[in-house]
Amino acid sequence: MNPVNYLYLAALLFTIGAAGVLIRRNAIVLFMCIELMLNACNLAFVTFSRMHGNLDGQIIAFFTMVVAAAEVVVGLAIIVSLFRTRHSASVDDASLMKL
Amino acid sequence: MENLIALLVAAPLLGAAVLLCGGRRLDKTGHWLGTLLAAVSFGIGAVLFVDMLGRPADDRTMDQFLYSWIPVEGFQADVAFQLDQLSMTFVLLITGVGTLIHVYSIGYMEHDERRRRFFGYLNLFLAAMLLLVLADNYLLLYVGWEGVGLASYLLIGFWQHKPSAATAAKKAFLVNRVGDMGLSIAIMLMFTTFGTFAFGPVLGSVGRTSEGTLTAIGLMLLLAACGKSAQVPLQSWLGDAMEGPTPVSALIHAATMVTAGVYLIVRSGAIFNASPDAQLVVAIVGAVTLLFGAIVGCAKDDIKKALAGSTMSQIGYMVLAAGLGPIGYAFAIMHLVTHGFFKAGLFLGAGSVMHGMNDEVDMRKYGGLRKYMPVTFVTFGLGYLAIIGFPGLSGFWSKDKIIEAAFAKGGTEGWILGGVALLGAAITAYYMTRVMLLTFFGEKRWQPAPDPDTAPSVEPGIEVHPGDMPHPHESPRSMTIPMIVLAFGSVFAGGLFSLNESFVTWLEPVTSFEHGHPPIGAAAVTGATMVALVLGVALAYAQYGRRPVPVVAPRGSLLTRAARRDLFQDDFNHVVLVRGGEHLTRSLVYVDHSLVDGAVGGTAAAVGGLSGRLRKLQNGYARSYAVSMFGGAAVLVAATLLMRGV
Amino acid sequence: MSVLTENVLAEAASTGEAVQFWVLGTIAVIGALCTILMKKAVHSALCLAGTMIILAVFYLANGAYFLGIVQVVVYTGAIMMLFLFVVMLVGVTAADSLKETLKGQRWLAVLCGLGFGILLIAGIRHAQLNQFNGLGRANSAGHVEGLAQLIFTKYVFAFEITGALLITAAVGAMVLTHRERTERAATQRELSERRVREGVQLPPLPAPGVYARHNAVDVPGLLPDGSPSELSVSKTLRARGQIRDVSGEALEDLKALEQSSAERLGRDARKEASK
Repeated sequence: MNPVNYLYLAALLFTIGAAGVLIRRNAIVLFMCIELMLNACNLAFVTFSRMHGNLDGQIIAFFTMVVAAAEVVVGLAIIVSLFRTRHSASVDDASLMKL
Repeated sequence: MENLIALLVAAPLLGAAVLLCGGRRLDKTGHWLGTLLAAVSFGIGAVLFVDMLGRPADDRTMDQFLYSWIPVEGFQADVAFQLDQLSMTFVLLITGVGTLIHVYSIGYMEHDERRRRFFGYLNLFLAAMLLLVLADNYLLLYVGWEGVGLASYLLIGFWQHKPSAATAAKKAFLVNRVGDMGLSIAIMLMFTTFGTFAFGPVLGSVGRTSEGTLTAIGLMLLLAACGKSAQVPLQSWLGDAMEGPTPVSALIHAATMVTAGVYLIVRSGAIFNASPDAQLVVAIVGAVTLLFGAIVGCAKDDIKKALAGSTMSQIGYMVLAAGLGPIGYAFAIMHLVTHGFFKAGLFLGAGSVMHGMNDEVDMRKYGGLRKYMPVTFVTFGLGYLAIIGFPGLSGFWSKDKIIEAAFAKGGTEGWILGGVALLGAAITAYYMTRVMLLTFFGEKRWQPAPDPDTAPSVEPGIEVHPGDMPHPHESPRSMTIPMIVLAFGSVFAGGLFSLNESFVTWLEPVTSFEHGHPPIGAAAVTGATMVALVLGVALAYAQYGRRPVPVVAPRGSLLTRAARRDLFQDDFNHVVLVRGGEHLTRSLVYVDHSLVDGAVGGTAAAVGGLSGRLRKLQNGYARSYAVSMFGGAAVLVAATLLMRGV
Repeated sequence: MSVLTENVLAEAASTGEAVQFWVLGTIAVIGALCTILMKKAVHSALCLAGTMIILAVFYLANGAYFLGIVQVVVYTGAIMMLFLFVVMLVGVTAADSLKETLKGQRWLAVLCGLGFGILLIAGIRHAQLNQFNGLGRANSAGHVEGLAQLIFTKYVFAFEITGALLITAAVGAMVLTHRERTERAATQRELSERRVREGVQLPPLPAPGVYARHNAVDVPGLLPDGSPSELSVSKTLRARGQIRDVSGEALEDLKALEQSSAERLGRDARKEASK
């Protein structure tokens, strides 16, 4: 098997995650889809690391995880406060920017 | 000695600054200060004159470099003065007549509560006029040129509470702007052609320049001269300028400022000498104005306006002379000086008459004043004799020479110009005799003072009660003494100048001089002038001396009515310039509204419509935006791939 | 690191890895699809966790041992638990409607997704990535040591900055969820006085649950006439509509109980009678 299949898998997972972001309304699920996309990227990084024979890709994946953790913390905090005020976790409800 | 030149300008400038910034505490003494500084300037001028006389004729030019005004690479403008014989003549005329008129104004403006300001403006005028004639380059001359325009504006509109005065001031300013535009264009042309605008280099390099360029410069200079000297076609402001106080009319609009155009032409003589076309246009303009002013002067009943027409006509003589080239320059200046004396004297006399007649200006309401105002009568009469060219008096010497020179021009032009000048002499004699007879002879036609409410032209500060009959009286000494001094000038100046051709010799190093030889001989010209003079006087006497003069002007002939309306100058300007301008403006406004605004408004509407449609994309749903973003990312990937593929 | 693994990683993947890839990769894709298609958030979270564990296995297979462990411990263990926690907070049983409300959104999303995926895959194919170097040399001084060396030398700045980012995120989360109390909290005494003054529900609220068979907090207690008491369940559950109404059922049960007890009693009576 050619390890490039890992990259195809990553692309597939990324696309599924992106589609999820577009389709789902629940903010929590939305966040999960974003996590999925980040994970797909991480998989690609790890594969690249193996391909090039150095560890930089893994380091980047590591940093991605850290940043994802930070992002999840803030994002979930936002969802909680949004839920508190609007009693809903639907992103469509927060369409006040519209004219 | 050269260092005194700047003081000439500085003294009246200081006076203007002190008087205009000093405030009310100078109200009591301001006029003395102004007069003193004018006299100081005259004194310095006299000292310089004596010094100049002591030098050899070819070494009389004095220069003073003050400072570098705009020192830019390739554009060098200096504040530097050049005092030569021509400037010296003007300096003495300006400061001399100026000082006399300052003295006269002390009496004339006695009741005006804004006298301090008046003297400030007068000093400002003196400073600007001296700067004009002393500048050693055209740019500095332009500063003085604008300065006298400003002073003229301020003084014409000095009684700004009168709408007519305010309007006249604006009119003078606007018409002068046209001429100023000519001067600025001429200066720009000089700079592009010669790379400098100092007199010496510009006039010195005329020989290496194409005639077309010189003609252009000359015509632009002529336009400037027309504006400042009230020559056709920019003559319309001078008559209205008589709304200003009479000393102003005497100083600015008779003796000095209006002659600045003649100065400019004579100063730029080298340019005109090298461009016969421009020179001929100058002569034609002078001849036309000469007749124009004289005809207008014949019909006016307002004494100051009659004199204004006369001024226009006399300056026409000077411009005509200046347009004749080296045979005429010196006579132009000579007539300018003698005219400065007698016309200033005439205006001061007119002011004196008005002073005694409750500021009445209509000559038909004067009559028989010679017994009541003997000094005014005598000085005015001497001025009258001088202007009509009575043999022996100033006007005779200068005007006769101009007529001779016009004939000496040669060819058909010479005959036409000479004939016009001769005709002008006859008309001059006619209208001046008319003024004289209407004012000082005949029976009294005095009228009660008008109601100030219905006749707002009454000068302020003078106690006039409606219905009062005027009590003509001689004016105070401060007014009569300047008139007497000027009368002396009117009588003797011309003879003095002509003695051994002293004036021509004096000016020759600057203006160059050639003797003109009229085809019919000088004596014949003089004889013809005398005949014209007698004819004019006789006609006027027949019309106004032997018959009683009606108080209300008769309807008059077609020419008279036209002349009363200034030969339709304002109507012409109105129809051609104002209406034309209005039509032009309207069409431009239409273009602006339909095309420019249409384009702008259309763009705005298009953008607005597009935005309204684009706005629907902004539905506020984050997911919808995410789709756009994702689509954009897809496009980017596609673009990257395509680029790689290529 | 075993010598065997080194060799495996050095060259193209072995057959074993291929089997592992195809089996687990299929499950990962199914998990991802389930994540975005499940109605309940909690199911999505579980599917995602599964996908992440499979990804961790793939990390390990690709020689990223440290990252694989971190993936399991931090991602699946911590972050996904955080997700579940929020899901619980929002309501674990709340199901989303999958009906699309935005016009054309789903079509556009599918179109973009397909286009993007195809383009990505085409790009990867276009790149012709066949050369795999393996991590043998990079791991020569030990895998974790190699990572550490990079993190603390080449990426030290990024490392420090991520530290700052984490601190900021923590503070930000606190700020976002914190609610400032603007007035003093009412004391017990004040609350009781207010209750008396307003005349509502002076005694304690009735307890939920019926007869110890349904003592869950989401089941209202029954009044003597058999109707459920709304007061006996928490306001939050009522607002969420997560109340289970078991009054009819309970009465049925009660009846059945009575009958059966009567039967037993009767039997017992017969037994007693027979005795």
